[in-house]
Amino acid sequence: MTVQQTITTDQPLLRVDSLTKRYGARIGCADVSFDLYPGEVLGVVGESGSGKSTLLSCLAGHLSPDLGRISYDGRDVLAMSETERRRLGRTDWAYVHQNPRDGLRMGVSAGGNVGERLMAVGARHYGDIRAKATDWLGRVEIAADRIDDRPSAFSGGMQQRLQIARNLVTGPRLVFMDEPTGGLDVSVQARLLDLLRGLVRDLGLSVIIVTHDLAVVRLLAHRLMVMKSGRVIEQGLTDQVLDDPQAAYTQLLVSSVLQV
Amino acid sequence: MIRIENLSKSFTLHNQGGTVIPVMAGAALTVAKGECVGLIGQSGAGKSTLMRMVYGNYLTAGGRLFVGGIDVAQASPREIIRLRRETLGYVSQFLRVVPRVPTLDVVAEPLLALGTGVNQARDHAASLLTRLNIPERLWTLSPTTFSGGEQQRVNIARGFAHPYPALLLDEPTASLDAANREVVLTFIEEAKARGAAILGIFHDETARARVCDRLVDVTDFTPKAAA
Repeated sequence: MTVQQTITTDQPLLRVDSLTKRYGARIGCADVSFDLYPGEVLGVVGESGSGKSTLLSCLAGHLSPDLGRISYDGRDVLAMSETERRRLGRTDWAYVHQNPRDGLRMGVSAGGNVGERLMAVGARHYGDIRAKATDWLGRVEIAADRIDDRPSAFSGGMQQRLQIARNLVTGPRLVFMDEPTGGLDVSVQARLLDLLRGLVRDLGLSVIIVTHDLAVVRLLAHRLMVMKSGRVIEQGLTDQVLDDPQAAYTQLLVSSVLQV
Repeated sequence: MIRIENLSKSFTLHNQGGTVIPVMAGAALTVAKGECVGLIGQSGAGKSTLMRMVYGNYLTAGGRLFVGGIDVAQASPREIIRLRRETLGYVSQFLRVVPRVPTLDVVAEPLLALGTGVNQARDHAASLLTRLNIPERLWTLSPTTFSGGEQQRVNIARGFAHPYPALLLDEPTASLDAANREVVLTFIEEAKARGAAILGIFHDETARARVCDRLVDVTDFTPKAAA
């Protein structure tokens, strides 16, 4: 019952209060507030330019918000030193970029990309590192005989899977994902969704996933936030927001999806 | 276990001229522990809408809706997620799963979510699938490729995997043959015997007569203006 206890009794892992980021006069995101608990997946949807990625970048420390507060595990993230925040980024947090080239080291082998993260958190035994890297490559369906190839020799879908392995290998508690399944085959997407669901359930992983894909959030996210023009216009239980959308924009978004 | 008071619901279609469609008003019913209540009324009368509100899938416009002491109409998403995990099961007419996940794991998932060990959860899933006559050679395959009747049985196995104190059943016997229909009706009777409160839609009249203790006609809850 350990997982369930984490889910139901803990304090929020991440608290976001009135977060605002402007680009000059333009709004990146405005007045965004939410709590994220251990073991919870929050989906963020909205059209291009709605502020989803700006929000994610502010949360992950890649951009500095103009206003608002972010608290992680009781600590004020915006008041942290750069060193502290970098350490968080290596240990507790993971960020899966939309473009795998932004999240991988293209000149280092696949095994090295995964192993490097382990070394950053203190792993030193070569055999263990290689074994763990091989295990994670297997989990994202990259054949063991590709472990010494560089990501530049991989297809886009394989690069994305490698990026996910690199990010998850150290067992982070909070994962930021920006359109992680965008360039992938449907069958590979499904495998990744299943992998993520298992990690969320078994390790109590918390995830914030930004995507265009409503089918992905329906299967993965517990809660959903809909953004438009930098603001959250609707949020709630994922299936409730998708099946009984209240805002005009959400109704349009949901009804615009082609049924397959 | 389930108590609905003065529940109402309307849909506002913002992209179709802001049309407001009232679909339910003054809905009230109770389902006690160990009782099965069937919803009746013609197509479009609001049976599924009512079930979806109980599950927290549709928001309510007004009224109260208690499941095991929690007012679903006021509950936060987190409270509803927990309610669905621990207390309130739902067998819908449609199977919605991550493609490529084996049937055995699909059925075991509600138990895994409650922290049950993998082996124990899979064993229980296997026993349910066996009772529902899903051949063992299909267990390692994804149910997305199954026939309609097989998918429905996988859905039923999932819905009965955990002994939920409250259950919503949307046409659980619709596309089943006589033998499997009998299995499902036995599942329902067993759930009642252990004290589950069941709210269901059954078009199959003999099934309804066998498992339902009472019937509620949702036509009584149709707003008069819309009738």
